[in-house]
Amino acid sequence: MLRKTRTGSGVIELQAVEYGYGSGTLLRDVSLTLPAGSFHFLTGPSGAGKTTLLKLCYLELMATAGHVTVFGQDARRLDRTGIALARQKIGVVHQDCQFLDHLSVADNIALPLTVSGRDDAARRKDVVDLLAWTGLTERAEARPPELSGGERQRAALARAVVVSPDVILADEPTGNIDWEMSLRLLQLLVELNRLGKAILIATHDLNLIRQAKSHVSARVLRLRAGRLEAGGADL
Amino acid sequence: MTSPASEIALIKSDVRADKVVPPTGHTAHLTVLASAAMAFLAVFAIALSFAVNRLADRWEAELAGTATVRVSAPAGQIEAQTQAALRALGQTPGVTDARALTDEEQRGLLEPWFGPDLPVDALPLPRLIEFREVAPGFDATGLRLRLEAEAPGAVLDDHTRWRAPLVRAAERLRTLGVLSVGIIGIVVAALITLAASAALASNRQVIEVLRLIGATDTYIARAFVRRFTLRAMLGALIGTAAGMAAVAVLPATQEAGGFLTGLGLQGPEWAAPLVLPAIIGLLAFVATRAAAFRALRELR
Repeated sequence: MLRKTRTGSGVIELQAVEYGYGSGTLLRDVSLTLPAGSFHFLTGPSGAGKTTLLKLCYLELMATAGHVTVFGQDARRLDRTGIALARQKIGVVHQDCQFLDHLSVADNIALPLTVSGRDDAARRKDVVDLLAWTGLTERAEARPPELSGGERQRAALARAVVVSPDVILADEPTGNIDWEMSLRLLQLLVELNRLGKAILIATHDLNLIRQAKSHVSARVLRLRAGRLEAGGADL
Repeated sequence: MTSPASEIALIKSDVRADKVVPPTGHTAHLTVLASAAMAFLAVFAIALSFAVNRLADRWEAELAGTATVRVSAPAGQIEAQTQAALRALGQTPGVTDARALTDEEQRGLLEPWFGPDLPVDALPLPRLIEFREVAPGFDATGLRLRLEAEAPGAVLDDHTRWRAPLVRAAERLRTLGVLSVGIIGIVVAALITLAASAALASNRQVIEVLRLIGATDTYIARAFVRRFTLRAMLGALIGTAAGMAAVAVLPATQEAGGFLTGLGLQGPEWAAPLVLPAIIGLLAFVATRAAAFRALRELR
C-alpha cells in the first residue's frame, strides 16, 4: 500500500524566504529544510503565516524574496506543468478539506491516482487498503457532504497519501475534530513518518504536539512576527 | 505553448478523467441546441451558395450563347450593309443561325417602350442581326475588324457589357453565401466559448481541488474540451440532419418559380453539408481549448 520513501530523496527547502502582499510583509528571512523522514510541527498564533508558509511549500504561493527548492528544483524555474508534477509528490491536508462532491469518497481518494494517470487495478487495491486504514470502508460509496468532520479529515489524509508522496503537509488537520479523532489522525501521520515520509503539521494544538513527541522525534517550530524560530523547549 | 501530444491528450478518451468535472445541465443543453441551430442554418447557407452558383452559370451560358450585330446606316445603304454583315457572319467560324430580325420582331422589341402603334418603317431604326455562338466560340476582335471593313455601320455586341454586371452580382451572392457560413462558424465558436467559460467559472472549486492534488492544466482542460467538442458535434449532427431534411422537401426547380424553386441541393452537392458536424466539432475544440487555458491562466 504505502511505499517507503528512499532515504536522501528530495526534500522541500526554504532559504531566507520572504513573503509580502500589498504594503505588508508576512514572512521574513524564513529558512526551513524538510529532510525525508523528518517530522515538524509549525505553531504560532492565528494570522502568523502558518498557512502561507505551507502554501509556499506546495507552490500555491511564490516567495517574494529568497529561494524555495522543491525536490531539488528551484520553484521559480518551474512552469505550471512543473508545479503540477511537483504537487503530485506532495500530499496536502487542509483544515477545510475540499472534495469533489459529485464523486464518492473512494473516487475522491483515488483522484490523485487519476490525475497522475496511475489509476489502474493495482492502485485501486491501494484505495481499498487506505479506506480500511483510515476506517472509512463503510463510507466508500458515500458522497463527501455525507461525511462527519473527522471522516472528512481522514478521507483527506487518505487522498493525500494515496500516491505515496514524499512529503505530507497538513494545515490544522485536527481543527474540526474531537480529541479522540485527533489522536487517531496523529497515529496515521506517525505511521506515515515511519515509512520515511517528511511530515509538516501546522497547528496550535499544543496537546497534539505533546502527544506526538511521545511517539516520534518531532521538531517544533514557531512563527512569531513573521520569523521562524525553534519552539520546542516549553513543550 | 502546448505540444502536439498535449493537443491529442485534450481529446483522448479517459472515462475516469471525464468524471472529475460534474455534469453541467444547462450549458450542455445550450451547446447542443446552439450547434444544432447553427448547423441547420449552415445547411441553408450552403444550399444558397450552390443555387447561386448554378444561377450564375445559367446566366453566363444563356448570355454567352447569343450575340447581335447592329447595323446603322443611311436608308439607301442599310440593306446592302445588312447583307454584307450576314455574309461576314456566315463565313466566321463559331457563328451559326445568323439572321436579320424582321420589322415585326423589331416592333416587338420596342413595343414595351413605345407602344403597339410604332411606325417602324418611318423611323431610322438600326437593323438587328441575331446569331448564336457555337463551340469553340468566335474571334470577336477579328469579326469586328471584318465588319468595320465590309459593313462600316455594323457594330458587334457580344453581350459582354450586359453579362459582366450579372456575373458580378452572382459572384457577390456567392460571396454572401460563403460569408454566411463563416459568420455561422464565428457564432458557433462564440456561443461555445461562452458556455465553456460559464462551465469553467461554475467549477472553480473543482479546478482548485484538482490543482491541489497535482492536476496539470492539460488534464483539467481535457475534461471540458472533450465534453464541449462532443456536445457540439452531437448538436451539429442533429442540425445538419434536420437542415438536409428541410432542403430535401423544398419544391423542385420550376421554370416559373425561377431562382426560389432552385434553392435545393443537387447530386454530389448533398455531400457538402455532411462535413458540418466535423467542422463544428473542430470549432468547438479550438474555442473550448482557448477558453479553458485562458480561464486556467486567470485562476492562479
